[in-house]
Amino acid sequence: MVPVSAYLILAVVLFGIGTVGVLISRNMIVLFMAVELMLNAANMALIAFSRALNLVDGHVIVFLVLTIAAAEAAVGLALIVMVYRNRETVNIDRFSLMKW
Amino acid sequence: MNLDLIIFVISAAVAVFGATLMIAQRNPVASVLYMILSLVAQAVCYLQLGALFLGAILVVVYAGAIMVLFLFVIMLLNLRGKEDMGPPAPVVSQFTKLVFGILLTLELAFIVKAAPFGGSSTGIVDERSYSFGSVKAVAETLFTDYLYPFELTGVLLLIAVVGAVVIAKKHRQVESSDGRSETPGRAGEEE
Repeated sequence: MVPVSAYLILAVVLFGIGTVGVLISRNMIVLFMAVELMLNAANMALIAFSRALNLVDGHVIVFLVLTIAAAEAAVGLALIVMVYRNRETVNIDRFSLMKW
Repeated sequence: MNLDLIIFVISAAVAVFGATLMIAQRNPVASVLYMILSLVAQAVCYLQLGALFLGAILVVVYAGAIMVLFLFVIMLLNLRGKEDMGPPAPVVSQFTKLVFGILLTLELAFIVKAAPFGGSSTGIVDERSYSFGSVKAVAETLFTDYLYPFELTGVLLLIAVVGAVVIAKKHRQVESSDGRSETPGRAGEEE
């Protein structure tokens, strides 16, 4: 008998770890994976709400989010490959061309 | 201590452990492997919440396909965690980022704690349910109420595939009129 709020707390912790990862990581690929982790934390919260309300709609939304995460991973990794081909690095601190 | 609680505590601990080591690793390959560990532990949590279909999808699609795509790219670029990342960020900046992350987490935790869902309970041992969240239940909702979003997702995937190919394609060497070859993709680069 685990309460649903325990899963919400787990989702929040995973989201926080993802946020810290986005902030502190300097490798572009690790940063991208931290974004994926945040998406997963949101998915877990959706599934927990879905269970609490006894509705399957949350599962459908999570399914759509997973599809969009797959599309995003494909395009993002293509961008990373392109950037690496031009700049020979994946260090996010080097990409300051648009910095004010 | 019942079995459901034990399963939840172990899988939650493994999920948080994998996620923490994922962002702490220097080698991106190890980072991906820790992410896969975290995803499998999260799939156990999905099963406990009754999401049988999505738990399977998470392992098959996310841990099995998307993370392998990440591994492919890391190995394609030959990143080993030893390349020059420049001088480490100042301690004050690192500490500030960590503090802001923890503050955000605490704030979200307070919001979530106020959510009125404390009463419902979950688990795969005591509160077992095979119908909720099964393939049949999800498919019935997906193909009736959410049919148009589902179809649009297919279009989105097609666009993403075409876009990824176009972005990652090597620009062909263009022979200019004086015989000198130049790459159009690098024309605007300043270095």
